Amino acid sequence: MITYIIKRLLLMIPTLLGVAVIIFFLMRIVPGDIVELRFAGESAYAQKENLDKERARLGLDKPIWSQFLTWMGGLVRFDFGTSMWTGAPISEEIRLRFALSLQLAIMATIVAILLAIPLGVIAALRQDTWIDYAVRVISIAGLATPSFWLGIVFILGLLIIFKWLPPMVYTPFWVNPVQNLAQLIWPALAVGYRYSAVATRMTRSAMLEVLREDYIRTARAKGLWEKLILSRHALKNAMLPVLTVIALEFAFLIGGLVVTEQVFNLNGLGMLFVEAVGHRDYTLTQALVMLVAFVFIVVNFLVDLAYAWLDPRIRFR
Amino acid sequence: MTAVRARSSMLRAVLAGLMLVLSAAQGADAQERPRYGGELVYVVPTEPASYDAHREGTFALIHPLAPVYSTLLRFDPTDRTGTKVVGDIAESWTIAKDGRTYTFKLRRGVKFHDGSDLTSKDVKATYDKIVNPPADVVSFRKGQYTAIEVVEAPDPTTVVFRLKWPAASLTTALASPFNWIYKADILAKDMHWYETHVMGSGAFVFVEHVKGAYWAGKKNPNYWDKGKPYLDSYRALVVKDPNAQVAAVRAERAHVQFRGFTPAERDSIVQALGPKVTVQESPWDCVLLVGMNHEKKPWDDKRARKALTLALDRYQGSQALSKIAVVKSVGGVQVPGTPYATPPAELEKLAGYSHDIAKSRAEARRLLKEAGVPESFSFSLKNRNVPMPYEPMAIWLVDQWRQIGLQARHEFIESTKWEADLRDGNYEVAVDTQCSYAVDPDLDLYKFQSMGISGNNYGRYVDKPLDDLYQKQSRALDAEERRKYVRDFERRLLDEEAHYFYTLQWHRIIPHSAKLRGWTVTPSHFVNNQLDGVWLAE
Amino acid sequence: MAIGRPAEAAAEIPETTQRRPWLAVVGEFCRKRPLGAIGAAVVVVNILVGIGANVIAPYDPLATDYGAMLARPSAAHWLGTDAFGRDVLSRIIYGSRTAMLVGFACAFLGATIGAVIGVTSAYFAGKVDLLVQRVMDIFLAFPLIILALAVVSILGTGIVNVIVAIAIPMIPRAALVSRSSALAIREMPYVDAARAAGFRHRRIILRHMLPNVMAPYLIMLTAYLGQAILAEASLTFLGLGVSEPTPAWGLMLRGAAVQFAEAAPWMAIFPGLAISLAVFAFNLFGDSLRDALDPRLRVQ
Repeated sequence: MITYIIKRLLLMIPTLLGVAVIIFFLMRIVPGDIVELRFAGESAYAQKENLDKERARLGLDKPIWSQFLTWMGGLVRFDFGTSMWTGAPISEEIRLRFALSLQLAIMATIVAILLAIPLGVIAALRQDTWIDYAVRVISIAGLATPSFWLGIVFILGLLIIFKWLPPMVYTPFWVNPVQNLAQLIWPALAVGYRYSAVATRMTRSAMLEVLREDYIRTARAKGLWEKLILSRHALKNAMLPVLTVIALEFAFLIGGLVVTEQVFNLNGLGMLFVEAVGHRDYTLTQALVMLVAFVFIVVNFLVDLAYAWLDPRIRFR
Repeated sequence: MTAVRARSSMLRAVLAGLMLVLSAAQGADAQERPRYGGELVYVVPTEPASYDAHREGTFALIHPLAPVYSTLLRFDPTDRTGTKVVGDIAESWTIAKDGRTYTFKLRRGVKFHDGSDLTSKDVKATYDKIVNPPADVVSFRKGQYTAIEVVEAPDPTTVVFRLKWPAASLTTALASPFNWIYKADILAKDMHWYETHVMGSGAFVFVEHVKGAYWAGKKNPNYWDKGKPYLDSYRALVVKDPNAQVAAVRAERAHVQFRGFTPAERDSIVQALGPKVTVQESPWDCVLLVGMNHEKKPWDDKRARKALTLALDRYQGSQALSKIAVVKSVGGVQVPGTPYATPPAELEKLAGYSHDIAKSRAEARRLLKEAGVPESFSFSLKNRNVPMPYEPMAIWLVDQWRQIGLQARHEFIESTKWEADLRDGNYEVAVDTQCSYAVDPDLDLYKFQSMGISGNNYGRYVDKPLDDLYQKQSRALDAEERRKYVRDFERRLLDEEAHYFYTLQWHRIIPHSAKLRGWTVTPSHFVNNQLDGVWLAE
Repeated sequence: MAIGRPAEAAAEIPETTQRRPWLAVVGEFCRKRPLGAIGAAVVVVNILVGIGANVIAPYDPLATDYGAMLARPSAAHWLGTDAFGRDVLSRIIYGSRTAMLVGFACAFLGATIGAVIGVTSAYFAGKVDLLVQRVMDIFLAFPLIILALAVVSILGTGIVNVIVAIAIPMIPRAALVSRSSALAIREMPYVDAARAAGFRHRRIILRHMLPNVMAPYLIMLTAYLGQAILAEASLTFLGLGVSEPTPAWGLMLRGAAVQFAEAAPWMAIFPGLAISLAVFAFNLFGDSLRDALDPRLRVQ
């Protein structure tokens, strides 16, 4: 087991390295320059000497390999540097948005689980009946609706029918739970509904597989409720793929909710991402990509660990 | 259902009309006594990169921080054209006969928020930084102050500007809302201090800025203008999504958004709040231009360029687009209603401004044929991917050019890439933009000078007569003489050479809470943001 | 799938399933899985509408009419007009063409390239597998929006570049799924037998392994079709996809549609419905297809 863990940990490193190299060079291939963006557009007169001064200040005039080494050096020390656009330390920029994105991801995942598991189980227990069809239709509808459209409909509905608007500014949960939830419950519902779709389907197929087991089929207790109780042990194993999917989706919820954040006006990592890329803020974009990649890789690792722990061939090696 | 709809839309129109009338009346209504107290809440759409206005060009810094600073001169907050220069901390000034010396008398009793006095040495240090910054300091608008040779501070309440040549728009340049007066002692220690810190002398004291969330300021009890400000405090909420901004005003969470809303947003706010909202509108000193790359065929031929502007039915466009986008007025190189705007009789004569569109389009086709442009000629139109009003304008342009047999391929590209493509000449025809902080020929015409002189002439042309005209108008101290040069410049730019052309002037629509008083809309969203005269009614 | 019959010779398995007449298969599918059949029908209608847009659409999708801006649905304009007076119904019909084009192109590109990579990687195992896995992991760790943005920024907007931008993130995901299916087969004796018999790698991969990942491949394809259409709508919503005045569903949902959502809701509702319906149909069909192809889930 220990060797397995060490091997997996070591494998994380080349992946992270690969992500780092790719994002660094990718950003520099993409045309566009933060300095020009800063000084152009509104209110003209952008002069070349000003542009050059800015470039020097941001370190963009140094050769590429030098910039890369500086950044990698910082990365190893967990120093992400400062944002090229605002000049503030990146750790601060991220910290401001991290709580919101994390909370939204958690709430959306909870909504997804609360929807997926009961619906999936019911659909399996009543396979091919109208209940099954209804559940499948509902969950697929979740996958099919564009999230920004859903968001617009939500906000419009709240405004027109209830004449009420969710709070505009983020208050942390421990400061004012009511306001906090009043703001985040709507995007959590919209996002959670979408992410429940895949999990519902997987729960349904996992449950169906368990129900096929001979000992369940031939059990003398014919009632569905009894079948459910009998299958609960087998269900635990069968639910593993479902939890895998949920865990992986969670990793994507951090920083991936770009459109949702825009529609609900949330000051989260997704918006920061789009802004950073739009501004060609190299340091911030690189840091964010590394963060998201890191979360994804760690979650992957934990899931693999869970599987390995359950597989006796690996556990007792 | 239809009758109800028709009635309610008529009602909306009537309401909107009422609001406009009311707002006009309010501007003239000086008898109302301002009420003290209250917190003004407004929304700002983006965040600036630093706190130093000398190096920024965006309104995103002006809106939340202008109330905290003073400037030497400013634009009269009650003047709807936003062109009348009055003193802020300058009490009065005199101009020498030859126009090369400006002497300003400063007010007494102006203090920074840390208690120290604001004197002429602070003004001098500020303008030294703006006009002649050290090597590692950026002064964004340095190019506007090339006329200034030296700034002197002979005594604590006098500042003297000596110019190398007469500059007709110097007071406008000094009234720039970006020229915040900084403290000389601080600048002496660290020229970069103001990029990350705030120390002003304005009507409000800076309280805090929570990034991505809000800015807050409170009343300055020691403001030099006794009796002002009326407000106790202000709070600028950062709300990036336009729908959320509208929702904030609509739900009465915020009093106003100082940049501008779209016609649809205005209508939805008016419909929701009725008499609780006042709408102020004005032509905007922002415009979308069409730039043609003079280095690419057929745009090196002025006949092809002229055909593009002749094809546009600006008047119909104004009517139609003003319903769905923030554009409206048909104008020349200066916002209609301002001192150097084009008189309608002259406007009619310029290419593309005739009321007879059939004739214009026939002429356009003829010119295209002469220039050897084939029927159904296809070219790319590069546009910045900002929804309003870039997108609707491009749709309109493509549609108008279809009427003369041209196929424009609209490419909606990212701001940075669009910027890069324009700068590198990597385009055929593109939508370009211009926004000035004040309506002034120096500011609005600078761009169109030859490549090499103007840093953002993306047309890539060289036109010496045009440059001469710019110089002449810039140094003409007599208003009539200046007007003549501006008209000549305009004619050459838009008609004879058709280097660039104007589409429609943007339109600034500000629906705000009826409680908000003492604020008048101007064509510039950079101006009139100091909030010292603003008050909240019951 | 071949999992339950290891003793059969490798070459026999694909042939056996092809012997049933396809009409009978389709018929059984429709009977047993009505939802999937409905989904498939909607998909077919969408494709036909896209192909026959010139004939079906009542107006030119680019034709503006400043006298009838934001007109409500009426006899002249069944679904109303948009902010430029363009007929919404015609734009939706032509938009179907863009959606189907983008959807199929992305799904095929992504799923196929991914499947080939995944199966090849599983087949060769060892160092090759490890390397390919690492590379796929790296791409998987990138948020979709970053990759799409990078592609669009380098190549520019336009329909081809949008297809590439959406297909690229799909490849590693497809490779992952294909790889796990192929791994199961790699262990099968008949594959070893084929290798021992000296068959070339390409033949083994193409003739023996690929057909047995057909089922997950098809399921992936239908899933990706829906996702591609949604991805295109999202990209266009952010301003990174196709540009006006091209009729595309995602484009119809941005700008004026949102602005006038209250005053002229038909502008946002109908394109949103069109997207939802198309994706819904693809997913419904894919869902039923998965049920049909997975023997473990067959109703006894």
